[in-house]
Amino acid sequence: MQRNILEYLEESGKAYPDKILFADDRSEITYHEFIKQAQFLGAFLLESRGDMAGNAPAAVFIDRSIGSLTGFFGVVYSGDFYVPIDRQMPAARIELILDTLNPRVILGEEKDKRILETMKREDRLMILSDILAAKGDCELSREQKECLALVRRRALDTDPLYAIFTSGSTGVPKGVLVSHRSVIDLIDNFKDEFSFSEECIFGNQAPFDFDVSVKDIYSTIKNGATMYVIPKVMFSFPAKLISFMNEKKINTVIWAVSALRIIENLNAFTGELPKYLKTVMFSGEVMHNKVLNYWRRYLADVDYVNLYGPTEITCNCTFYKVNRPFADEEVLPIGIPFLNSGVFLLDDDRLVTETDVPGEICIKGSSLALGYYNNAEKTAESFCQNPLNHEYPERIYRTGDIGKVNENGELIFLSRKDDQIKHMGHRIELGEIEAAANSLEFLAAAVCIYDKAAGKILMFYQAEECCDKQVLKALGKKLPKYMFPNKLYYFEKLPMNKNNKIDRTYLRETYITKDA
Amino acid sequence: MREEIMEILTELRPDVEFEKEKKLIDDGILDSFDIVSLVGELNDAFDVSINVQDLLPENFNCVDAMVELIENLQEEE
Repeated sequence: MQRNILEYLEESGKAYPDKILFADDRSEITYHEFIKQAQFLGAFLLESRGDMAGNAPAAVFIDRSIGSLTGFFGVVYSGDFYVPIDRQMPAARIELILDTLNPRVILGEEKDKRILETMKREDRLMILSDILAAKGDCELSREQKECLALVRRRALDTDPLYAIFTSGSTGVPKGVLVSHRSVIDLIDNFKDEFSFSEECIFGNQAPFDFDVSVKDIYSTIKNGATMYVIPKVMFSFPAKLISFMNEKKINTVIWAVSALRIIENLNAFTGELPKYLKTVMFSGEVMHNKVLNYWRRYLADVDYVNLYGPTEITCNCTFYKVNRPFADEEVLPIGIPFLNSGVFLLDDDRLVTETDVPGEICIKGSSLALGYYNNAEKTAESFCQNPLNHEYPERIYRTGDIGKVNENGELIFLSRKDDQIKHMGHRIELGEIEAAANSLEFLAAAVCIYDKAAGKILMFYQAEECCDKQVLKALGKKLPKYMFPNKLYYFEKLPMNKNNKIDRTYLRETYITKDA
Repeated sequence: MREEIMEILTELRPDVEFEKEKKLIDDGILDSFDIVSLVGELNDAFDVSINVQDLLPENFNCVDAMVELIENLQEEE
């Protein structure tokens, strides 16, 4: 029985020792060499802390290089869990994260000293490249091998693998702590459901502190595949991106919706097309069919998969293999649950069984995160006892997302729980207004929020020019009058948050009338 | 033309000193979302169409490069 994700790495390492595992724009590394480096780092960390007990946090400052990945796996070999931290984040936010985490060690580079110097903390920074340079051609000693073996012997599949920090409504980021078991579950499902194999060549877009990248990293090592880390700048210059994808023969991408949207916004497929692409998966926010249809027009033979799920249930709990045409204004389903994921709708504490009746999307099963690290209060709020089960303890995660099941048995995402409004006596899902607005040719993107105090629907849209009148006229063809936005705000560029999603929190804070 | 481009850039990213920066792309000052907005703005303001072949880092690293790009595109029309 599999207990630890390192088994993926070692099995593939045996089968394909000399195959390229990871490559970035400067370097590449084989399975054999990567395992050696990670084991060396793991042994080094164990020695330097002089304590065999694991499951403590190790922060890793990340960028878009293979070194970050070596850091992750070295930490796992040492029996701890890793916490990716983007070194380009404001130091104040990094400090908030470190205060929650109190990491046993921080792995980084020389330049990261500057970041830590600004804080009132006494963390231990270890320089990753120095450690690996010291390794040279050294083999592990017998003692070091025994230490690594003992750590593995004691490993449980419920031990934490990583924590990823996500923004918290109170302003303090929350660290979602995920176990080996949850990742094993997810990656095995991806292999079976999407027929991943050693022939997969992944093109990684998502930063390593964003859990979309978990699917790239672990699908690669599970299947003996290869992963290319695509430089961030290429997403501004799609001709370079596409020629890179063709040069590396990238055939599988698991990207954020925003990355696919850039391709459409820049009309990037009028030049060279990706030649090897077979599978395109996306998640992170609602995929509007206007964008997807652009991709489908140019790349008709590609398999498209819409993935849904919050970080708290380990990336994704449902998938929809796009299998029929959709009009631009239709809503793309989020599909059906993965095997071993329990997905159901609750209306307060009542199970929703009827078609087309909305409820909060709730999840149970092995995919559930262990909780928010060092935050019992938030953990208890979101990870709670299944209200349908009075007989034994059963944890569920309440997503705060509202969904429904359509007549095809497919789950449809409607909106956030807090986006449901009562307006002029009507119950309205803001997501519906947004879907209509986002299907408009001349809008790049649009979001709505409700100003409860003023009783107004506010719409923020991004387009080439201000066109309030045109928007309202076009919406009139899609929505009943009572769903019209009462106030329009034109943006040449909508504000984005750290995860490249439209920053609703900022919009709410800035535009909503404060309660008296 | 230069002034107009400066105006667009300053409005897009008031936080950047565009006269000083010579490596807007190489230093990661402008990200992909900035580029998407900028391309739309430039297309409209100068009645050109910057297509995917013109979208290269060297055309966007500094204001002068952008001026040159737009001039070339206008000559082509």
